[in-house]
Amino acid sequence: MLNRLKTLWQMMRRLSGDDAYEQYLRHYAEHHQGDDAVTDGTTEPILSMEEFFKQWQDKKWKGVKRCC
Amino acid sequence: MNKYLKNLLWLLLAVLGATAVGGIALNRGESVNALWFIAAALCIHAIAYRFYAAWIAAKVLVVDETRATPAERLDNGRDFVPTNKWIVFGHHFAAIAGPGPLVGPTLAAQFGYLPGTLWILFGAVLGGCVQDMVTLFLSTRRDGKSLGQMARDELGSLGGAAALIGTFAIMIILIAVLGLVVVNAMKHSPWATSTVAATIPIAMIVGLYMRNFRPGRVLEASALGAILLLLSVVAGGWVDHHEGLRVLFDHEGLTLAWWVMAYGFAAAILPVWLLLAPRDYLSTFMKLGTVILLAVAIVLLQPHVKMPALTQFIDGTGPIFGGKLFPFVFITIACGAISGFHALIASGTTPKLLANERDIRMIGYGGMLLESFVAIMALIAATVLEPGVYFAINSPAGVVGKEAVDAVAKISSWGFPVSVEQMQTLARQMGEKTLFARTGGAPSLAVGMASIFGSAFGQGLLALWYHFAIMFEAIFILTTLDAGTRVGRFMLQDMLGNIWPKMGQTSWAPSVIFTSALVVSGWGYFLYIGVIDPNGGVNILWPLFGIANQMLAAIALCVGTGILIKSGKLKYAWVTGGPLLWLVIITSTAAWEKITSTDIRVGFFAAANDLSTKLAAGNLPPEKAAVAPQLIFNQQLDAWLTLFFVMVLWVIVFDMLRVCWRHLAGKPVPALTETPHMPSLLVEGWVRD
Repeated sequence: MLNRLKTLWQMMRRLSGDDAYEQYLRHYAEHHQGDDAVTDGTTEPILSMEEFFKQWQDKKWKGVKRCC
Repeated sequence: MNKYLKNLLWLLLAVLGATAVGGIALNRGESVNALWFIAAALCIHAIAYRFYAAWIAAKVLVVDETRATPAERLDNGRDFVPTNKWIVFGHHFAAIAGPGPLVGPTLAAQFGYLPGTLWILFGAVLGGCVQDMVTLFLSTRRDGKSLGQMARDELGSLGGAAALIGTFAIMIILIAVLGLVVVNAMKHSPWATSTVAATIPIAMIVGLYMRNFRPGRVLEASALGAILLLLSVVAGGWVDHHEGLRVLFDHEGLTLAWWVMAYGFAAAILPVWLLLAPRDYLSTFMKLGTVILLAVAIVLLQPHVKMPALTQFIDGTGPIFGGKLFPFVFITIACGAISGFHALIASGTTPKLLANERDIRMIGYGGMLLESFVAIMALIAATVLEPGVYFAINSPAGVVGKEAVDAVAKISSWGFPVSVEQMQTLARQMGEKTLFARTGGAPSLAVGMASIFGSAFGQGLLALWYHFAIMFEAIFILTTLDAGTRVGRFMLQDMLGNIWPKMGQTSWAPSVIFTSALVVSGWGYFLYIGVIDPNGGVNILWPLFGIANQMLAAIALCVGTGILIKSGKLKYAWVTGGPLLWLVIITSTAAWEKITSTDIRVGFFAAANDLSTKLAAGNLPPEKAAVAPQLIFNQQLDAWLTLFFVMVLWVIVFDMLRVCWRHLAGKPVPALTETPHMPSLLVEGWVRD
């Protein structure tokens, strides 16, 4: 039961974008750090939570996002 | 054994579904338990999803679960992200479900409950869901390209231009008609107006909280906002009882329309984080919460549908909008059955999140099934009202008369008895001065919802429930209005950028202000005319919106049919070609009638001519004569606009047929732009469910 509630909570966080920054950090750790990234030049400075959220939100609202 | 048991279960479901549909279709003269509608919807949806959708996915589209999706190949941690299918489903549903499936079925209830129910159920499973799923599939196979890009690449530049113009036009009309629905719900209602007004500062508080106080804490901020919204419903009641405050919020429709326009302009130029994004969080939570609450209340309470299966208004004399059952029921219920707008969501955002192609059935087809279910619930909420009450709330003053006595006499003479006392008691219970002539669907739906909620969760709070329902509808109508104005602004900047590159810079202030003002004046014009029109405006605007929306759906289905045929799947082309043919028939018939009909409540030119004759002869009362020239111009404009929509539709249909014919004749056509197959690395070892 507790596990189910936990999963539900995780889903709500994911759906609402509450954990978007955590997702970003994970992605960053996987793709933009380490030797591979240095050699192919994909390193970029890590964003702070404020900066990331700003970009994330601006990006989210370009294009058709809501319907009738 | 297990297999037999499963087959038996599906057979039982089919029998139950058929019984439910048969029961509600053949019932005459008695009220029907709303549970039958729910049962019919659930059975039909389940069977369609299990068999038809699965067949389309396997045989027609041939989804390939070993193929890497754009989210996997182009994963950048931001817009392309392989995501759990339930999360994608949530995003997709939140994006496609707006006020359309609530308003359309409520208006169409003037024909009785049956036509709407049948079209919502069968239109969705055979048309709307197929359109959404096919578009999602095609866009997924093309790196998440938009409908317009796919139309251009696969059919030619003509198709691309038609999709672009169609999208822009529908946006303008949609925003105008939704604005009108909100204005009609707020006019001379200090409670509704103050509650809706309060949602703006609440959204800003939430925006500031997420931006500055606790950056990125979306759920915390939304919870805070939801509590404030509920308080604002209660506070609206205090405002209503306070002599000094209530006059601040007691306005004519026209004043409110100007405020809505000012709001739309502000929302389009303000940064998204301040107003648009936080409002969207609130509206999404409210929407999901209320839909679930409504479903629970209907199941608990099992209200009876009192509207007859068919009313006499199928002959085209309906008070809410003129026009016969065919084709206008199909135009009025656009969103709950098939909505072209969804194709814009299904191509673009959603395909960039899909982790695996096999999720396409659940998200594309399943998402639309849920929307259709919401439409059925809206239909139930509107038809559990006494028919007399339903017509009293929805009939514009221009049709039944301004005075309550005249209105009830007229409505009762149609065979739907209602009395002035009854309407007064109802208005008092709902905390309103009057409920007459609140055309547009929102108030009658709110009364219906309030009576369902009231009976299920406490009768004493009717007024609170009513205003909660109004707030709930207003908040996501305003979200659509903000988001739509903004999208319109971006599209316009993009188009003007081709002529003068500086205009295309989305952050250049003069361009932002100029294009926002242009978009707002576009829909503001139709909203203004709708408000000053004594026949309610919805009569004109909603069919126009329906025609535009079905035109966009036809464009999406043209792209789908064209690609199916080009991929050598001619024998399956009917899957999208069938719904396309039906849409072309209903859209063209509706457009033909709106242009050529001699009935002044249907034909735009007929209405314009009638009004000019009356104006010239001096037969109009002074207040009507003052606005007559504007109404005449508007009716003519609407006629030309309708003609334009239907021409765009035919152009793209012929373009699609030309491409298909050339392909079948072995002549060169634009090549398929499908991204080559790459094996997915995610399939193995990734626990998804």
